[in-house]
Order: sequence, then C-alpha cells, then structure tokens
Amino acid sequence: MLIRRPADIHSSEITPRDVWLRRRELLQAAIAGAGLAALGGLSQAAFAAVSPPGRGEAIPGVRPSALSTDETPTSYEAITSYNNFVELGDGKSAPARNARLLRTRPWTLRVEGECEAPGEIGIEDILSGFAQEERIYRLRCVEAWAMVVPWVGFPLKDLLARFQPTSRAKYVAFETLMDPKRLPGQRVPIYDWPYREGLRIDEAMHPLTILATGLYGELLPGQNGAPLRLVVPWKYGFKSIKSIVAIRLTEQEPATTWNLLQPEEYGFYANVNPAVDHPRWSQKSHRMIGEGWLARKRPTEPFNGYADKVASLYAGMDLRRFY
Amino acid sequence: MTHSPSPRVLAWARLTLFLLCLLPLAALVGVGITGAIGPNPVEVATHTTGEWGLRLLLVTLAVTPLRRLTGWAWLLRFRRMLGLFAFFYLSLHLATYLALDQFFDWAAIAEDVRKRPYITAGFTAFVLLVPLAATSTRGMVRRLGRRWQNLHRLIYPAAALGVLHFLWLTKADLREPMIYAGILVLLLALRWPGRARQSPNVRAGLSAAAPPPERSGSRR
Repeated sequence: MLIRRPADIHSSEITPRDVWLRRRELLQAAIAGAGLAALGGLSQAAFAAVSPPGRGEAIPGVRPSALSTDETPTSYEAITSYNNFVELGDGKSAPARNARLLRTRPWTLRVEGECEAPGEIGIEDILSGFAQEERIYRLRCVEAWAMVVPWVGFPLKDLLARFQPTSRAKYVAFETLMDPKRLPGQRVPIYDWPYREGLRIDEAMHPLTILATGLYGELLPGQNGAPLRLVVPWKYGFKSIKSIVAIRLTEQEPATTWNLLQPEEYGFYANVNPAVDHPRWSQKSHRMIGEGWLARKRPTEPFNGYADKVASLYAGMDLRRFY
Repeated sequence: MTHSPSPRVLAWARLTLFLLCLLPLAALVGVGITGAIGPNPVEVATHTTGEWGLRLLLVTLAVTPLRRLTGWAWLLRFRRMLGLFAFFYLSLHLATYLALDQFFDWAAIAEDVRKRPYITAGFTAFVLLVPLAATSTRGMVRRLGRRWQNLHRLIYPAAALGVLHFLWLTKADLREPMIYAGILVLLLALRWPGRARQSPNVRAGLSAAAPPPERSGSRR
C-alpha cells in the first residue's frame, strides 16, 4: 500500500514556509536596518544559511556559496519524507520511518588507496575541520522527479587533499555503512551490499562536488544519508551515495551498485541527460516534488542545468555511450 | 443441496462488497484532501489506482476457481461488479496518467505507448478491457450468447499484460510484482485441468450447486 501516514511532525516544529522562503528578504531588510546596506552588492546569498526548521541539531557557522541556485528550495517536509534509501526501506516514505535505526555516532570515515596519507577521520572532526557551506542545488532523480535542496557541506576536494592523492589516483570509490542492524534493508539480498558509488578524479575534484553533512542548516536526517553523503548535482541522484564510511582512491574505474545490477540501464557516469532516455522511461522532463496535483512536468536540462560548469569535463566523449 | 443465501442476504452482501470496493478510492481522496498523501500526490494516485485495478482484476479471476472449490454458485453473482470495479480503477489509473502526469501532451503519450514496453503492455491491457466493460450488461450477455463467453476470455491476456506492466516498470526489487504474477499463474492453473481432473468432492459440490445452464461448463 502506498497510502501512508507521514511522520508525526508537530506544526509548531516547522518553520513557517513563508518565513523560510522570505529568509533572504528578511535578512536583507535586517542588514539594511543595521546600516550595512553597502554590503548589499556583495551577494544576495551572503546570509542565506539561516532559518533551520528546528528539527535537528543546527550546524554552526554555515557560510553561503556563490554556487547555490537562486531557485526556491523544496520544503523541508518534502525533502525529508520523500527519499530513496533502500537500506532504510522500500518506497519513498519508509526511509523516514526507519531513520531512527541509523545511529550516526560514533562515525568514522576511512580514506585509503592511492594516497600518501591514508587514514581515518571522525565525523566530529569533519564537521569542525572543514568550513561548512550552504549549497542550494537542484537534485534530479533517475526516476524523473526533482527537488531543490539547501545542502550543508564542503567540497570533496578539500577532504581528499588532506589524504594527499597520488598521481595514480584516477578514480574515487565510495562505500555506504554495512550494518543490517542500523540499515535493515541490507538483509534483503537484492543488491550487492554495501551500496557503492564512484567518480572520476576530475569529477571528484570539481568545486560543485560536495560531501554533505546537513540540509536546511541542520545535521542530515538519517533518511537523507546521515551523517555524511556525496552530492554531485549534475548527475542522477543515485550517484550521490549516502551514509559513507569509506573512500578509496583507485587507478581503475570502481564497480558501482546500480551499474552492477542493470548495466544497460545505469552507467558509471549517469550525468543528467534529457537526450538519453532510460531504456524504460523518458528523461526529457521531470516532476518537481512538492508542487501538488496540478503542476506540470518541467523540461530536464543537460547536466541538470550545470552544463556551463561541468560540460567541459566530458569534451569529446560520446555521452550516448558513456551514459 | 448446497445452501444458497437468501435474496435478502445476497442484496446486503452486494451492498457491502460495493462499499468495500470504494474504500481504496475513499482512502485516496481522504489523504489527498488532508495532505497526508505526501509531496508527490500524482505518483501516489497513479500507483494506488493501478494497484487496486490489478488486484480487483485478479479477484475477479478468482471467482470461478473459488466457486468450483467451494461449490458456492452464488459467488458468480458478484463477478460482474468486481470486474467493473477493476475497470473503474484502471480507468482512473489511465486518466491520472493522461491528465495529471502527462497533462494531455499527446506527442509524449504516443511516444510512451510506442517506445516504453511497460506502457505498451498497460495500454493494451486497458484497450482489451474496454469491450468487456461495454458488454457487461444483462442485455449484452443475452444478445451475444456464446460469443459473450469468447469475448470475455480477453480478461486473461489483459490480466497477464497488467502483471507484465507492473513487472516491467519496477526498478529492481521484483518481489511485489512477482506476487501478482504468482497469483495470476495460480488462478489460471486452477482453470487448466477443467472439471475432469478435479476431486470427486468438488465435482459433487459443483453439480449440486447447479449453476445457471447458459454458464455451465464454460469457465476454464
């Protein structure tokens, strides 16, 4: 059955949507009032990282980013109740219901492979050791729906740099936590658990590519891939692996979960591309989540609208072949 | 003699069944109004109507084997309603796709029907069911006679295509559509041997139930 009750969220716990949507206006007004109008030209996003909905732990000192889109973020409720995270259950609403099973402290990330200084780093050190930025990105799922998510995170390249990749590091492989107690979906042997993903090193080093630690100014909820997930906004959502425990720098292209499962449907690259349909459905358009009954689908952009920043990574490549 | 419920009881049973068949729609409308339907209402509406359409199609197909196994000939009296409810939900399913999902973008719809095997299968299944719904009246049953039987065997390919539609649209975890496939195979297998191979008890029950003459021996 698909009819499910949403998680019990008291209306008092949710920042009124209009307040959230007007946060920049409100802040700009505050800035002007404080006599800081001269800074107005700096960036209208300069004070974007505010108005956490009070559902989780707020991340301190989140800075805005010029890489954010100015599109209206999807509501917090929609982003945290409509998730694909099979390890926490089938269907869109199960992950939110089962998220409490996913304890995220303590949490250690292992970085190994082709690097000078392999090692481990705890989630607290990640949160305090890397400047956390708000990145409002479009998210396009391979299932032809989309959201706009105000992530909090930091560039993946900053983390990789700390472990000093060697010249042999051509790819980066990622792995989700393997623990059927905390991720009960892993008891179902349909996928070759744990979930694995990978990027080419230049994709991993791209400034748009982040490791996310939060959304809407707060620590990530379990269903969104707590405590640490990848976000690659120009690729289909399944590339953005959740609840990462291991990163491996490799010389060879790593195996990835969906590609292993159905290679003719899910490629290693998985760049958002309206010109290459999924073998079973069209990728020309998508539905925006949270827009209600009568919203029309929208046309999907090449590289999810980030072509000006990333298309050059794939110059000369046949994107029909490397889908 | 197998006991047959009184007309009064049957009338109440019919009303109860009618209301039961409306429940999924009522629940959908309910969550739609309260907002409990979640952030992608069109998807929930599409899936709910499709799933209930397919379920009711299988329930419709279960009437004959159940009648044979139990000897309750009166079960047959509910079959038309079940079949028409299946068609009702599948019409809503198609309407949701055409209106809310595709917004009557006929070019995109034609491409879907042509290029996406799961939509080709689902669309064909619906087309096969249209003449069945259209000839479901008592008058049509009488007028078509034996041809009515032959025509209504279209429910078998329609149900098979419906299950295929579900299987082909599923991304990876085929367990749920496989349950539907299993039930369909079982319901078809129960028809396969005909009466000859059934146990004497069942046969005795059946003949005692004395189905209406124009229907006897024609359900396989």
